[in-house]
This record gives sequence, structure tokens and C-alpha cells, in this order.
Amino acid sequence: MDKLRMRFSKTGRAVYISHLDLMHTIQRAFSRAGYKVKYSEGFNPHPVISIALPLSVGMSSICEIMDFRLEGECDFSETPAKLNAALPEGIEVFEIYEAEEKPAALKWLKVEGVFRYNDAPELDRIRNFFSQDQIVISKKTKRGVSDTDIVPGIREISFDSSGNDITVHAVVSAQEPTLNPELLAEALRQLAPELAPVFSSFRRTEVYNDSMKVFR
Amino acid sequence: MMNGVPVENTFPAILQRVQKPARYTGGEYNQIMKEKASVDLRVAFCFPDTYEIGMSNLGMKILYHTMNSLDYVWCERVFAPWSDMYEEMKKAKMPLYALESGDPLNQFDVIAFSVGYEMAYTTVLDMLDMAGVPVRSADRESLLPLVFSGGSAGVNPEPMAPFMDLFVIGEGEEMNNELLALLRKAKREGWDKKSFLREAAKIGGVYVPSLYDVSYHSDGTVSEILPVEGAPEKVTKRIVEDLDAAPFPVSPVVPSTEVVQDRVNLEIFRGCVRGCRFCQAGHIYRPIRAKKPETVIQQGIETLKNTGYEEVTLLSLSSSDYRGLEPLCDGLLEYCEPRSISISLPSLRADNFSMDIMDRLQRVRKSGLTFAVEGGSQRLRDAINKNVTEEDLLNTCRIAFEGGWNSVKLYYMLGLPTETDEDIKGIAEMADKVLHCWRMYAKNKSRGVRITISTSCFIPKPHSPFQWEAFIRPEEYLRRVNLLRASITARNVVYNWHDSETSVIEAILSRGDRKIADAVEEVWKNGGRLEAWSDFFSYSRWLEAFEKFGIDPDFYAYRERGEDEVLPWDMIDVGVRKKHLLHEREMAYKAELSPDCRKQCSACGAARLLNGGKCDG
Repeated sequence: MDKLRMRFSKTGRAVYISHLDLMHTIQRAFSRAGYKVKYSEGFNPHPVISIALPLSVGMSSICEIMDFRLEGECDFSETPAKLNAALPEGIEVFEIYEAEEKPAALKWLKVEGVFRYNDAPELDRIRNFFSQDQIVISKKTKRGVSDTDIVPGIREISFDSSGNDITVHAVVSAQEPTLNPELLAEALRQLAPELAPVFSSFRRTEVYNDSMKVFR
Repeated sequence: MMNGVPVENTFPAILQRVQKPARYTGGEYNQIMKEKASVDLRVAFCFPDTYEIGMSNLGMKILYHTMNSLDYVWCERVFAPWSDMYEEMKKAKMPLYALESGDPLNQFDVIAFSVGYEMAYTTVLDMLDMAGVPVRSADRESLLPLVFSGGSAGVNPEPMAPFMDLFVIGEGEEMNNELLALLRKAKREGWDKKSFLREAAKIGGVYVPSLYDVSYHSDGTVSEILPVEGAPEKVTKRIVEDLDAAPFPVSPVVPSTEVVQDRVNLEIFRGCVRGCRFCQAGHIYRPIRAKKPETVIQQGIETLKNTGYEEVTLLSLSSSDYRGLEPLCDGLLEYCEPRSISISLPSLRADNFSMDIMDRLQRVRKSGLTFAVEGGSQRLRDAINKNVTEEDLLNTCRIAFEGGWNSVKLYYMLGLPTETDEDIKGIAEMADKVLHCWRMYAKNKSRGVRITISTSCFIPKPHSPFQWEAFIRPEEYLRRVNLLRASITARNVVYNWHDSETSVIEAILSRGDRKIADAVEEVWKNGGRLEAWSDFFSYSRWLEAFEKFGIDPDFYAYRERGEDEVLPWDMIDVGVRKKHLLHEREMAYKAELSPDCRKQCSACGAARLLNGGKCDG
């Protein structure tokens, strides 16, 4: 079957599995569950598996999207459970369905994050920092260091505080341009070190298309 | 601050900073989880190297499975962290922990090591220290945690004797569980450590170093090994008699990150019929016991189903000597071919039969062929009993070149007993002949050919016929390397050689006695760990430690042992008799071959380990 899409989560200990290792892990899980992923044709056949938005190591997600093809049939109601029994802890398939929207239509990501401090700063100082018109940080790219304004990539952002943690709720650009939520903490480290958390982590919670409709 | 630990030193923060964090988290598919409260013994099964190496080790997989088959035991895996993680853990004062539960090692009843390589010794000490446990057995007064070690390095346990409460010698499938049953009883009944060790020494294969008094002559050689308190004079290696009935893990842990051997490993037989005189493995794993092809096929298919791997490797010391190789390959191919699962078969001999098999297994990718030729002349190969002729090798190369292969690797050792400069030049001549063979027979010459010669430095090992031999000095090894370099003229021939510094230390450790344990501890104290990695090995650190304790490297490495000398490992009986080893050594000096076990049993002695079973030699 072609044009299959799966929505899954990556949480707990599984967040440390890298993107490439995750592809192997899922492919093996298919095989353990009795399915065979279709291979590309050509000189160096590889499994046709594609994860829409590669997730950074350490970041969790409850809204991962993966497109794939299978040799033979798959039953949308039974296959997720079979796969879940074959996956390592922390990776859970919610549903499998026929893909309609193209992965390129995926535009916005809702994320929840935590900034952790040994001594948390006042919430307003964080809010003020992120309400600037421009937040230009330097980013390492393949071609060296370049300056990027992260503000256009942030659609919504708000903060709460609990003890020494500040929680972040944001909607950021998923692709073209991609705004890695980790850059929110990076911006503080570069431009306001006194507000920089000692540790930060993020979770993707939902994906949207260009018109902020949930992407499926 | 959370629980007094600064945020930057918490586990999640550390995992964000280290390379490949997935190797420190556990949580892989097929890992065994149990309820802490429901078990009587918790075992921390430690491998003194990285996750990637340890998770590739079949012995670890088998024993993880057998120990966990006891419902009162929860056995978890522990590996040595890479240097970045090590630094982070030190800074955060985080003790070494087990992957399954994440619990620190001080909560465990048993800390067990699998040690297959002498260069891992300092890592063993380091892991004990990271666990918060004193490294010397004498400094651990209570029964728990019991610290013991197994694996092939244990055939000469002496350099690690002061650190271990006991050693398990030989195959652990049955022995470990007998030991754990005794420990459970001891824990319940509140035995002290001494009473437990006395009882443990009665289990076949268990060596308790504190129950042996070793005395020395004034020249430093061993004068006597005296068992005390009823310990056996000889500890006889344990074996599993019937491999078909032996437990095999068909649901091994599947790493979520890439490891060295990322595939299904199937063992086809133990032991070796060849008797190469330099080879320790060929002697210490005897008698020969094979699995039936049906067993291997069934275990292979089940393991493939349970892991989802797409590659399977057949393991043994010499695959060509497996009697059921054809039915085995046929049976596996029947399952694997339609599923695009590849089968690899290392350790093949250079002969026609092997090429047929290779051809059937590797229809797609024809990468490189590797041959362990070991010696550069027929005389030397006869002396070491490596029964490969130049004709065999060239015939095999011809078939390979005709079949489209274009890369050949030839492995040799320098420093073998009786080696002459002529033998060394013979290596270069052989490479020329292989090159000529390619020119004559290669189907497609446009892709060129690559012939690689690799040499390592021969290290005499305990329980092999060459256990009495002197190790060659680094200067001499280097002279031989340069002689070989000068002898190689062809441009398509690449020569790689191992540096000899690690080999010197390995040579000292592998035939060392208890006295050198001080140096092992000193090197560890000065930062030695993960020394199997050249990144972390320091030759001078070892030399300084030897110097400090008055240990003479000449005595341990470069000295030929007397044939009547008491050897430090003489209390260990691996099956093969000393008399046989001496005879083989004599044959070496006459450059005479001994027939392999299949042609004629040499009555080496290993068969007496079988109670009624038959050696498959």
C-alpha cells in the first residue's frame, strides 16, 4: 500500500534516539510486527520511510508525522496496536491513515517548553525580551555563521512560571523557514545571558497547515 | 536547584551535552524489566567497554538471558561511558548506573564483569570505582556486593586476582546460575563473605583467588600455588555439553542506536579443529561442540522475527569446518532471500568450497575478501600449524577475481617463533603473486585492484602451544615492519601495521602474575580507562607504573619461560593438557604440521570435559 501516513509520539527515554536511528527502529518494528516496508528501486535500495519534520535529539513530541509505503495490506484499525507492541518504550503510534495533505503543507508547530533555572528571573523580563520587534541571533550553518531574526518564525508565545521553572507556550514556524524551538533559549543565551536558563527542553504538541488548521 | 543538585548537573541536562545519548538511557526493545521488590538478587552485568562494543557481544546476550531466566534474579546491563559522559558523571558526582532501572550500582547484590581482553582491565577497576565500590576484594568486607568476573581473559586470572572475589572460568550458562543460587542462600542465611567464598569454590569452574597462596622463587618465577581451605588444586573450565539444548536468546535486546555488530549473531559451534599453535581461542574453547543446522536455522528465524534485523551472521572460529554448512545456508537462505535479509559468514578458509558458499550468500554486493594467512612462507605456516598453502590462496583469489571481487586483504603476524627475514620477504612476494593473479584472471580490470597487507605483533598467550615463547621487542618488530615495507614494490599493495606499544602491554598482562596487579591499579589511578581505544592508551603511564612497583617488563614480555616452570595460570585447567601444548611446541620447532582433529584426534585432553558426550573434532 502506498501513501500511508502514521501519527506517533516520541517521549520518555526515546527522546534520545536520533533521527536516523529512529528510522531504523521504526523499520525494525514494522518487520517485528509482520509488515514489510517497501524499498525504493535502483542501485542502492532503501526503505521508503519519510518523517515530515526531523526532531532534535532530546526533544519530545506527541504529534510526529511519518509517510511510508508497505508491501501488502495494512488494517488501519489493527496495525497501530501491532506496531506498538513491537516498538521500544516511548514511541507510540496513534493512528495510521491514507495521506491527503502533502507534507510540504505543514507550516506551524505548537510547542510547550520549560526553561529551568537554579534561580528563576522575573517572568516579565522574559516576556519583555520576547516582545521585541526583532531578535537577531547568530546561527551556525553549513556555510559558516549567519545572523537570523527569529521573530518572524514565532506566531504566538506566552509564559507561565512555577517555582524555578518558566514554561513556554509557542506556535513556531515548522518549515521554510524552520524555527527550532531550542533557539528561544539560545536567543536568551546570546542576547540576555542573565535571563538564560541552565536547561531547557521542548515538546511538540500539534502540527498545523498554513491556515492554522490541524495537519493530518 | 532540584534535590540539591544544580540543574546543569541533572541527568537530562547532561544527556543534552554528550554525544550519542541513546547509549546511556536504556529503554530498548526486548530489554528485560522486573519488579525490584519481587527479586532476591539484583545483578549489574558490566561490560568494560562502550555500549556499542558491549551490545555487540554474543556472550553478554546469552548470559543476560540465562541469568534473567531465574525468576529471583534481575540482571541489568552496565557499560563504560565514553569520555564526555564520564567527565559529566564525575562532575555531577553521579554513580555508575544500570540501563534498565537507572539505579546506581550500590543498590545491587552482584557486580559481574565479562572480560575478553586484557586491555579492559583498567576499565574494570574504573567501573567499580564509579559504582562507589573499593576496587580490592580485601577492602570489601561484606558479602554484598559480590564482585566477580568471567570471559576469556580469565584463563589467566592472576593480574586481576586481588580485585575479584572470584572468577568464573569457561562457559557461564550453567555455572553463573549455580553461583547465584548459592548467593541467594547465603544472603538469606546471612553468611559472611569468607564462608560464601569457601562454598563457592566447590562449584565447578569457580576460582577464588584468595584461597590460593602463591609463592615465588628469588628470580621472580612462581615456586608454588597452594590451595587452602579445601579449594581444588585445579579449577577446571566449565562447558555446556549439548549446544542444541543450551539456552539461546532468541529475543535479544535491540539497540535503538547503531552498535558495531548491529545484526543477528548465530553461533554454529564452539571450539576449533585446527590447532593453530599461536591461537589461544583455538585451544581454550575446546572440545568441539556443534549445533545441528536445524537448531541454528530455527533460532535464526525466531531471532530475526523477534528483532526485525535484516542481517544475520554465523559465528564460529572457523566456519568452513562446520559439517552442516550447506544445509544450514540452504535453510537460512530459504527464509532470508524472499525477505531481503543478508547472511554473512566470516572466518572462512581460503579454499574452493568456501568460495562456492560465499558466492551463494553474497549475490548482490561483492566487497572485499579477507584471509588470515598469518605467516609469509610455507615453512613458517607449517611451524605455526596454519594449514593454508600458497596454492589454496591463489586458487581462491583466482575464483574471487573471476567472480568480480576486486579487493583482497591479507592478515599476517610478525614476531612468530622461528620467523626469519626470508619469511617476512615472503609476505611481499605473496602479495605480488596475488596481484599477478588479478592481472591474469580479473573479469573487469577497469576498476583496479586493492591488495591490503596488515601485520600485527604476535603475542604469546596462556594455554596455547606458544605460551612459553618470548615476545619480540618493539625495536625488532619495527625492524621487521621496515623490512616488509622495503620489500613491497607494487603500487596496488597497501601495507598497514599495528603499533607495538599496546601489544607490549597486552603481552605483559596476558602472561602476568599477581604481582602486576599493583601496576594495573596504579595505571587506573593515573587515569587509565578505555585503553582498548588508542585515544586513551598511554604507553608511558604503564612503564611508569611498572617502574614504581619494580616490575620488569623484560621478565614478563621478553623472557622465554622454562618448560618446567610453574606458570602463574597453572591452577586453571582449560581441558587441553600441558603435555599436548609442549608436543605442539616441539613440532613447531621442527616445522611439522599436526593433522587437524577431523583427520586424526590428537588426544589433546579437552574431550575429558564431556561426560559421555562426544567431541565433534
